[in-house]
Amino acid sequence: MTKLTFPVEASHIMMFARSIGDTNPVYYDADAAKKTEAGGIIAPPSFAQSVAQFNPDYFLRPKPGKAWFGSGKTATGLTEKSTSSGGLHAEQHFEFHRHIKPGDVLTVESMPGKSWEKESKRAGILKFRESVTEYRDQDGNLVITARSVGVTTERPVAQG
Amino acid sequence: MALKASALKVGDSHSEQICENLSRTQIVQYAGSSGDYNPLHTDEVYTKEIAGYPSVFAHGMLTMGMTGKAVTNYVGDGTLTKFGVRFTNQVWPGDTLTAIAKVAELRNEGGQNYVDLVLSTVNQDGKEVMTGNATARIDA
Repeated sequence: MTKLTFPVEASHIMMFARSIGDTNPVYYDADAAKKTEAGGIIAPPSFAQSVAQFNPDYFLRPKPGKAWFGSGKTATGLTEKSTSSGGLHAEQHFEFHRHIKPGDVLTVESMPGKSWEKESKRAGILKFRESVTEYRDQDGNLVITARSVGVTTERPVAQG
Repeated sequence: MALKASALKVGDSHSEQICENLSRTQIVQYAGSSGDYNPLHTDEVYTKEIAGYPSVFAHGMLTMGMTGKAVTNYVGDGTLTKFGVRFTNQVWPGDTLTAIAKVAELRNEGGQNYVDLVLSTVNQDGKEVMTGNATARIDA
């Protein structure tokens, strides 16, 4: 399926750590990171998902000249009704063979996994789809194996 | 600092507040760093009027990231070998979340010690928003 190149940069790791509210110096301070068990700057565990930045066709990023489904003059930029209320993230699993570090150039390949359906009281019929993503480094070694489950709901999830 | 198997027992736990009064701005910040600009997380008008939710809500991956902070604060840097989660309830602006990591098992595999953790992240009402598991290498 899709094969992406994910160049890992120190500034991206720093911004990611800030966005999850993690002030651990191992994510931005090379000198402090050297003294930790990690031996240098590493990325936070869930950073791998930021590969979305390097997917030129990523559908959850607005693109110049293309209608966007979020609001502008009107509540949605689309003129035709979207077929679903949008997918939600149901599960995410990472297996770390080692941790990502700045300077890594990862090759990222996703493969579709199982799919299944479930009936729920809160959101109607739930359609689950799984995908497995492998992150390999510049030497071809496996760095992270990720398994993601997305769910499309029949209607918005009821609260309470 | 790595955990030591000799100093741990099943049932030990670490609990940490991972966000307080979560702001829409932090959700936007996460959209920017992760690249996930889904309007469900950043666009109140779209989310209320088109998607039918009471307000924008956090990316599941933001909750995972913030929970990961509590886990790595407990097990140390670069020692995680597995980290997996299920998102069970949405996280809303204004939520205050606490992550709890509980020791489920201590193992030795090929001379290396590991700890298996069961994770639970709850909001200010005690409602579980995420469950999970993690495994880390630990010292003897």
